[in-house]
Order: sequence, then C-alpha cells, then structure tokens
Amino acid sequence: MTARRTVLEQREMHWVVTRLSHEILERNRGIRDLVVVGIRTRGAHLAARIVREIEAIEGHRVPLGILDITLYRDDLQDVGPQPVIRGTDIPFDIEEKVVVLVDDVLYTGRTVRAALDEIIDFGRPKRIWLAVLIDRGHRELPIAADFVGERLQTAENEVVEVMVTEEDGEDSVYMREIAK
Amino acid sequence: MKLARKDLLGLEGVAREEIELILNTAGTFKEVLQRKIPKVPTLRGKTAVNLFFEASTRTRVSFELAEKRLSADSVSIAKAMSSAEKGETLLDTVRNLQAMKIDFLIIRHPASGAPHFLASRLDAAVINAGDGAHEHPTQGLLDLFTVRERFGSFEGLRIVIVGDVLHSRVARSNVFGLRTVGARVTLCGPRTFLPKGIEALGVEIETDVDRAIEGADVVMVLRIQKERQDGCFLPTLREYAVLFGINRKRADRLKPGCLIMHPGPINRGVEIEPEVADGPRSVILDQVTNGVAVRMAVIYLLSGGEVEHGVVG
Repeated sequence: MTARRTVLEQREMHWVVTRLSHEILERNRGIRDLVVVGIRTRGAHLAARIVREIEAIEGHRVPLGILDITLYRDDLQDVGPQPVIRGTDIPFDIEEKVVVLVDDVLYTGRTVRAALDEIIDFGRPKRIWLAVLIDRGHRELPIAADFVGERLQTAENEVVEVMVTEEDGEDSVYMREIAK
Repeated sequence: MKLARKDLLGLEGVAREEIELILNTAGTFKEVLQRKIPKVPTLRGKTAVNLFFEASTRTRVSFELAEKRLSADSVSIAKAMSSAEKGETLLDTVRNLQAMKIDFLIIRHPASGAPHFLASRLDAAVINAGDGAHEHPTQGLLDLFTVRERFGSFEGLRIVIVGDVLHSRVARSNVFGLRTVGARVTLCGPRTFLPKGIEALGVEIETDVDRAIEGADVVMVLRIQKERQDGCFLPTLREYAVLFGINRKRADRLKPGCLIMHPGPINRGVEIEPEVADGPRSVILDQVTNGVAVRMAVIYLLSGGEVEHGVVG
C-alpha cells in the first residue's frame, strides 16, 4: 500500500456536513417537503448526520431513507458471484417531495444514475438534489452534484477513501495512489 | 458470502449459510415487491425458460413473475404444447433450448432426478421446480422464509409435517432445509405414507396426529395426491380426513401462535377443513406471496455477475 494523505480530518468533516445541511436548508427555504435518502453504505451514514444537523438547526426531524442500488447496477452482467444486497428502506411516500440524495464520493456518476432509477420506482418526487461529501471528477455520465463538500483534483489511479465512525471507527477522508 | 453453485436441484446438502443467504436476499426482494413499481432492472438481457412436464398454477406463475420482476425475458412451455408430444427426448428438447442461448432452465418433471440429469449437461443454471417424489427446493425455501418471518429464527421450533410424506417432494425439501437450520421435525401420517428408514434424516415419527401436533409451533399439512394413490395406501379419503385431517377441533387445541401451512393446492375437507385453511392460524396465502420473493432471490443469486466492491462511484 502506498502512502496516503489526509484530505479531511474529523473536525473538518463535521464542519463540511454542517455546511451542507445549512446549504440544503437555504436552497429549500426550510424543511418543507424535504426528505433525505442516503446511498449504502457510507452515504447512508452521512445522510443520517445531515438529518441530525437539520434537526439541530430547525428543531424538526425530516424523513431519512436508505438506498441499496445493487439491483440497479449496470455491471452485473459479468461472470462471477453476485454481491450481497442489504436492502433499501424508504419508509415514507416520496411523491411530490424534495429528495436530497446523499453519497460519500461522486466519481463516474454510475452509482447516482442507478440511484435515480431506483428512487423513481418509488414514485414521482417534485425534485431530486444530489449532495456529496467529495466530488473527485472523472464523470462517465452527465451528472452533477447540487451540494459538494469538497472538490478534489484526482488522477485515475488515485482512490479517495471516506471513513465514517459507524463503519470504520474514525471520521476522515484519505487519498492514495494505487498501482496500475 | 455467495451462492457457489450453478444450479439449485434440492435442499439436500445445501449449507446453512447458503440457506440464510437466500432467505436474507428474499427479504430484500419482498421489499421490492411492495414498491409502487415492483420491478428491478437487475437481470435485463438474461433469459429464462420454464419447462413444466406436470400441471402447476402456483409454482409456474410464481417463477414467471419472479423472472419478470427481475426484468429477465421468460418463456413457459407446458408438456402438452411441446415437441415432447411428438416423441422428442428430454435431452434433445433442452439442447434445443440451450441453442437459443438461455441462462436459466426451470424444470418440473414427474421423474425424480430429471433436473440433475440436465444440470450436468447444460451451461444454463437449472432450478428444480419439483421432480417426482424427490425434491421441490424453492417450496422448501419459501416455507422456511414464512416460518422465519413469523418466529424470527428457527431456534427451538418444532415443526410437524402431516400427510403423504412418501409421495411428497415438498416434505423432503422441508426436512432437509429445516434440519439444516436446526429446527425439530416430526413426520406424521399413516404408516403407508411414512417411508421406511426416514428417521435416518434426523426426524421423529408419530402416527397419532393428536399427539404429533400437541405443542407444535408449525403444522405443515401435505396434500393428499389423488393422482399418485394407485398403490392402495389409504382405505378411503373419508377415513383419512377423520384420522389425520386438520379440522376445527384439532386446530383449536394447537398452542397459541402455532402456524398452519399448506403448499397447495388444497383438498378442502380431506387433509384440511375449510375453516382451518381460511382461519386465523393459516399462513397459506403468505406462503404464496413469499414464493415470488424467494424465487427472485434464487434466480438472482444463481445469475453470476462479478462486482468489485467500491469501484463504481
């Protein structure tokens, strides 16, 4: 493993999530019709934090959903074992709602494409916004984020690792090179 | 964890972890089936053929819907409409299907072992939808799913299977599956319906139905297969109904929370009384609902498709 450098440390990550929550509220003029849906795995944890931040600011809890996009991936045709699916949980109606889709890293855009398809199978929201902690470029589809925590200039052979306490025992974002 | 097999031919020899993977995956698909658009694009471009050499409503429609809900293309063939009627052999029939590039073959056949014979000769994944009196693995799995859904686990459960065990592929698949996940199983029926040596599968035997069902957590009632009763197994259906049928009186003595299951089709008034089949303990229609989700899980898990985790983003 090559050396990694820190992009965001714990406190910075917290500030970024707080800023994203404020930006979402500002753009939506409050919590009206707002629902937050995170993409498994780390996007779901970030979505939960955004919901907590919004509650701390506004005093109301907006609905939180979790999306598992496995069944909507465009790379399931290759030969080999299927990934384990952990399930989608959107326990509320999204019809005419403002859905904030949350993911950790925006890269090729393929995950977001799959997530959009899946959300629309639940109903017809008024609007879908995309919030990401890191936008690292290299899009393969015409997709852009509405709320971005941090934009990173990256090379194709670099990986961005988002760690969240719930999964990884720490809050931080690292970048490192991988062998070609 | 993955399902490391090409085919699903029976529950005999399927490991506990594999069964749990299938049941967990089925839970996800049950959620999918409750969505506004109960369909996912997962198996676009894959093709399934349902080849049924015996009558079926439930199982065939359940497989067809499972394939369609996963966006696979599917075709169903019944024996009466196939070239088997013109004398084509089973192997020739499926070789021709394979030549049309199919990914899944779902087969029901009166001969035990027919799916196994084909599985070793085909590239397509073969799923046994019932072979003679041998196995019906997806029925066993949907029964397990329904039990686990109600009880949360199989820990400490005692399950009684009542009826024509001898001819029942459903009973065999359930015995294998339930023993693997650790449930206690009692088989109950007239001696003529209990195969010799079946105790070797780790089950208890009881010929008195009232003793068998006392304290049971689940009573699975098997269908009296009128089409397979040519060997003088029963004096009369009436006598069977009196001695082994699950009637109101018997159902009322079951312990609270005990479930009554039946794989269908029901002979009302023979193995189960209508009031019991439609009563509060009955989960017969839940079994049918769960069947689609369980079959989606099996097809999905057998479909291959390697994914490196974390590279899409």
